[in-house]
Amino acid sequence: MGKLYFKKSSKEAKNVQPQPAKETIEFLLNYSKALEVVEYRNMKFETLLN
Amino acid sequence: MNNTKVTDASLVRDYLEGNENALGTLISRHQQRIYSFIYSKVYDKDISEDIFQDTFIKVIRTLKRGKYNEEGKFLPWVMRIAHNLVIDHFRRNKRMPKFDNSGDFNIFSVLSDGNHNAETQIIKEQIESDVQELIKELPEDQLEVLTMRIYKDMSFKEISDRTGVSINTALGRMRYALINLRKIIEKRNLILTN
Repeated sequence: MGKLYFKKSSKEAKNVQPQPAKETIEFLLNYSKALEVVEYRNMKFETLLN
Repeated sequence: MNNTKVTDASLVRDYLEGNENALGTLISRHQQRIYSFIYSKVYDKDISEDIFQDTFIKVIRTLKRGKYNEEGKFLPWVMRIAHNLVIDHFRRNKRMPKFDNSGDFNIFSVLSDGNHNAETQIIKEQIESDVQELIKELPEDQLEVLTMRIYKDMSFKEISDRTGVSINTALGRMRYALINLRKIIEKRNLILTN
């Protein structure tokens, strides 16, 4: 019965804060590096350089 | 450690001047809070990931287009974008409910043609005729609006034009019609479901 009330794992789970994946952050940083906004007269064009 | 001394505003300025590392600092500084906020609304890791990514794509595009003008309020601005994208997500899902394939796969949920079988068809017809009788007990003005809205599929604008009352009045009459209809159903102890 004791084991039923043993909540160590759920406490540990609570301490883990949700975080975005590393890949997502990497993607965003690479996207930022690749994105260039070109201004022509009153217009702005976005270009993605690979 | 040094990052905490630099303000968001100056990091944004650095980024706008071409320092890509400034964006990395901004993201790592706020990722936890923004991601947790999104996750607390959608309760799904993959969707949170998508919305988090879309949020920063929007941030990056806005900054690079020179449209950012909320200096010193970077985090609230990003949180607002995330919030709007969460709302968009729920709106989209409401409009196009996705097929949830988690758990046991039930082929009949896909193959069902949506038609009623003989029994449910009879029950449906019975309910419809009962409701048509019940609505006759409504006051004339409410009955008129309800009939136009439900049976003639008219918009409230059209109802307003036709009946010569304001849209708000038409909406109010519809509301009271439904309230009264529920009261009638309760009073008669009717069960109008199949």
